[in-house]
Amino acid sequence: MGKREIRKERVPVPEREPSVRIRDFKEVKLGYSPQLAVEEAKRCLQCPHSPCVDACPVSVPIPQFIKLIAEGKFVEAARKIKEENIMPSVCGRVCPQEIQCEGACVVGKVGEPVAIGALEAFAGDHEASMGYEKFEVKEKSGKRVAIVGSGPAGISCAADLLRYGHEVVIFEALHEPGGVLIYGIPEFRLPNETVKRELEFLKEMGAEIRLNFVVGKTATIYELLEEFDAVFISSGAGLPYLLDIEGLNLNGVYSANEFLTRVNLMRAYRFPEYDTPVFTGKRLAVIGGGNTAMDVARTALRLPDTEEVYVVYRRSEKEMPARVEEVRHAKEEGVIFKTLTSPVRFVGENGWITGIECIKMELSEPDESGRGRPVPIPGSEFILEVDSVVIAIGQGPNPVVVDGVKEIKRGKKGEIIVDPETLMTDLPGVFAGGDAIRGGSTVIVAMGDGRRAAKSIHKYLTQGL
Amino acid sequence: MSGVIKMYRIVEKRELAKGVDEFVIEAPEIARRAKPGQFVIVRVVARGERIPLTVADADPESGTITLMVQRVGKSTYHLSCFEEGNSIRDLVGPLGKPTEIKKWGHVVAVGGGLGLAPIHHICKGIKEAGNRLTVIMGFRSKDLIFWEDRMKIIADRLIITTNDGSYGKKGLVTDALKEVIEEDEVNAVICAGPVPMMKAVAELTRPYGIYTVASLNPIMVDGTGMCGACRVTVGGEVKFACVDGPEFDAHKVDFDELMNRLRMFKEQESLAMRRFQEKHCGCSRRE
Ligand SMILES: Cc1cc2nc3c(=O)[nH]c(=O)nc-3n(C[C@H](O)[C@H](O)[C@H](O)COP(=O)(O)OP(=O)(O)OC[C@H]3O[C@@H](n4cnc5c(N)ncnc54)[C@H](O)[C@@H]3O)c2cc1C
Ligand SMILES: Cc1cc2nc3c(=O)[nH]c(=O)nc-3n(C[C@H](O)[C@H](O)[C@H](O)COP(=O)(O)OP(=O)(O)OC[C@H]3O[C@@H](n4cnc5c(N)ncnc54)[C@H](O)[C@@H]3O)c2cc1C
Ligand code: SF4
Ligand code: SF4
Ligand code: FES
Repeated sequence: MGKREIRKERVPVPEREPSVRIRDFKEVKLGYSPQLAVEEAKRCLQCPHSPCVDACPVSVPIPQFIKLIAEGKFVEAARKIKEENIMPSVCGRVCPQEIQCEGACVVGKVGEPVAIGALEAFAGDHEASMGYEKFEVKEKSGKRVAIVGSGPAGISCAADLLRYGHEVVIFEALHEPGGVLIYGIPEFRLPNETVKRELEFLKEMGAEIRLNFVVGKTATIYELLEEFDAVFISSGAGLPYLLDIEGLNLNGVYSANEFLTRVNLMRAYRFPEYDTPVFTGKRLAVIGGGNTAMDVARTALRLPDTEEVYVVYRRSEKEMPARVEEVRHAKEEGVIFKTLTSPVRFVGENGWITGIECIKMELSEPDESGRGRPVPIPGSEFILEVDSVVIAIGQGPNPVVVDGVKEIKRGKKGEIIVDPETLMTDLPGVFAGGDAIRGGSTVIVAMGDGRRAAKSIHKYLTQGL
Repeated sequence: MSGVIKMYRIVEKRELAKGVDEFVIEAPEIARRAKPGQFVIVRVVARGERIPLTVADADPESGTITLMVQRVGKSTYHLSCFEEGNSIRDLVGPLGKPTEIKKWGHVVAVGGGLGLAPIHHICKGIKEAGNRLTVIMGFRSKDLIFWEDRMKIIADRLIITTNDGSYGKKGLVTDALKEVIEEDEVNAVICAGPVPMMKAVAELTRPYGIYTVASLNPIMVDGTGMCGACRVTVGGEVKFACVDGPEFDAHKVDFDELMNRLRMFKEQESLAMRRFQEKHCGCSRRE
């Protein structure tokens, strides 16, 4: 692209005004127009060593796709991305870019990094609006693979297996496919339409999706193995961690999974048009500092009853694991941050929560995660008055899927143990990936696992491992 | 596990008593595996809530399961509008742990209202294991009685109680249970029904030291251990009823907490019910 002055500021992604957007669940970011995308794409220096690519968990060919956007070849750009990542519209929206691709971008050293995520989402959305190209399916192999769970790991594994020519059946416990992309991440961040589009495409390619099927209950892994040549477990990390403190079971205390499932999957925000209710009262507090906590806080703010929403987090804002953009959006929308604060017990009246007894914290020397270890300040207890609380302190893999399957080993957090190379468990023909083998991780890492597993499953089916 | 997509079609439906319907539904995969004590989660319509219902009976041969539904609110009323040939939107299971069935000796099963669904399936298992079985069924009055015939076949002794004395013994199930315990050796008690009833049964058997199991019915969402809505306190520990239960040692259950948690959405539930009654047309059941 030749020598020229680098523009330090990125082309801003148009967003809806906070005062308007908190009244509904429509997407906050409007996304680049073709013009803006081209303008932003031109900021990329096309670095020969492309550190951005090294920082992407699946090595999306970043300079190449951005160049195509700069040249106005949007559909080609999307297809370029899809060589490594089949869901650009999703990842462009939800990847923690600041610690991955964009965090390594050279332009970031002198100004704002290239908006790789926004460009990726733009390319994906543009291609979708033009209608997807059917990809080539190799000759049918006659082999059948069962996939457990329809989240990002399952979706990406299914897509690759179909390309290799294998037959794929996805078993999903819930009544809608998509995993966390549907039941967890709210619509204002990732519209359901975007996820549904990808799933439709998968079905068009020939995947069968069986809903309302809990592997481990409706049928066991052993039974699946009787009918399928291989199994991929991508059942995610759907076991909520709760706090072991007084008042946990008061009315008005939810896990993040319950709260988000009620609102997103069951559409409680449209109660009574939809049957599932949710109760928040005027003041809701969410405990935690990750993406889930931000999603809960911003979701709660959009419900009709809430007037004040707090985020209670025991370290400082700097240590929050949430995407930077989520924290910024939450603040713009009016979420109140109570950092360096930890809950001690839930206080209630007549069986309902009325407040959280909190204690202030300070940070001492860093712990094994490299973050300052929070230590309580004696005597700093205070009561935060609330009508509801949501606990968003993480989750572990749900054991139901491998219940009674002795051959499959699980680690301390309940994560399924696999061979790090092949992703196969100790039960031959059964592979696993995504949050099921890691506990909570990210969409792109889960998708990366799905692809790696597809590769080894293909190898296992065609030449043995 | 055949490739056929199930439709959860209703093959039989009958009104058992005032406010209680029985449905026989096609669900071959569930019918094949469902054991006593397990339940399914049903979503009646596309905008519907996920509600848990016990598998009251399962027939692997015909590929059907039997549900017994007491009309208490929007979803259960809506389900009662469904007729033979209609299909339910979603049905998933079998969920929960099966009842731990041993050869105890003499077992007394106590059921009231919707509790008769688990009791029926569990009793079949108890008999198959070679136990002597006494069943106590409680109703408010004569016109609410159902399944007397079905239970008679399974039970060695069947006692029916009505609050008003219009049929069987007058009084509560606990009165009848007390009599049985005092005149006979009882090795285990299994109860299911309204929470106050289960609590009373637990309190009655506690001083006798009789092993007592209660089938709990907390509010659920996913039914697979994912949300924690169904949490109950048992022996001071938090348990998820959908995966750790729904049956627990009744002497260890915090019934007051369970009762409180069942009230969590009371206001919203009555709003949904009112709205359903106003809007829903063409349905004869609008008591
Ligand atoms: C609220 C929230 C916000 C998040 N935000 C972000 C973000 O911004 N960026 C990011 O990168 N990551 C984010 N994450 C993390 C990310 O969503 C997960 O890492 C990712 O979805 C994991 O993908 P997966 O395919 O392994 O599992 P999941 O997406 O969890 O999918 C698993 C699927 O398996 C199904 N299942 C489970 N058990 C069974 C069974 N026994 N039988 C059949 N089906 C079963 C489940 O119902 C589910 O549909 C977020 C997570 C949450 C909860
Ligand atoms: C394991 C289990 C097995 C059950 N088996 C049966 C059965 O075989 N037959 C039967 O008639 N009933 C059964 N129930 C109870 C049944 O699920 C509720 O009556 C039903 O959900 C009420 O829904 P509704 O919309 O009609 O009423 P609502 O007006 O919504 O609720 C009425 C009352 O039912 C309870 N309830 C509401 N929503 C739920 C929910 N999602 N999950 C559980 N309870 C809820 C609450 O206490 C509420 O106050 C069972 C419950 C559990 C947990
Ligand atoms: S997949 Fe995620 S990390 Fe990789 S380039 Fe795209 S947005 Fe960045
Ligand atoms: S590091 Fe930044 S500027 Fe360099 S190729 Fe990657 S996106 Fe472009
Ligand atoms: S119903 Fe969600 S964990 Fe039990």
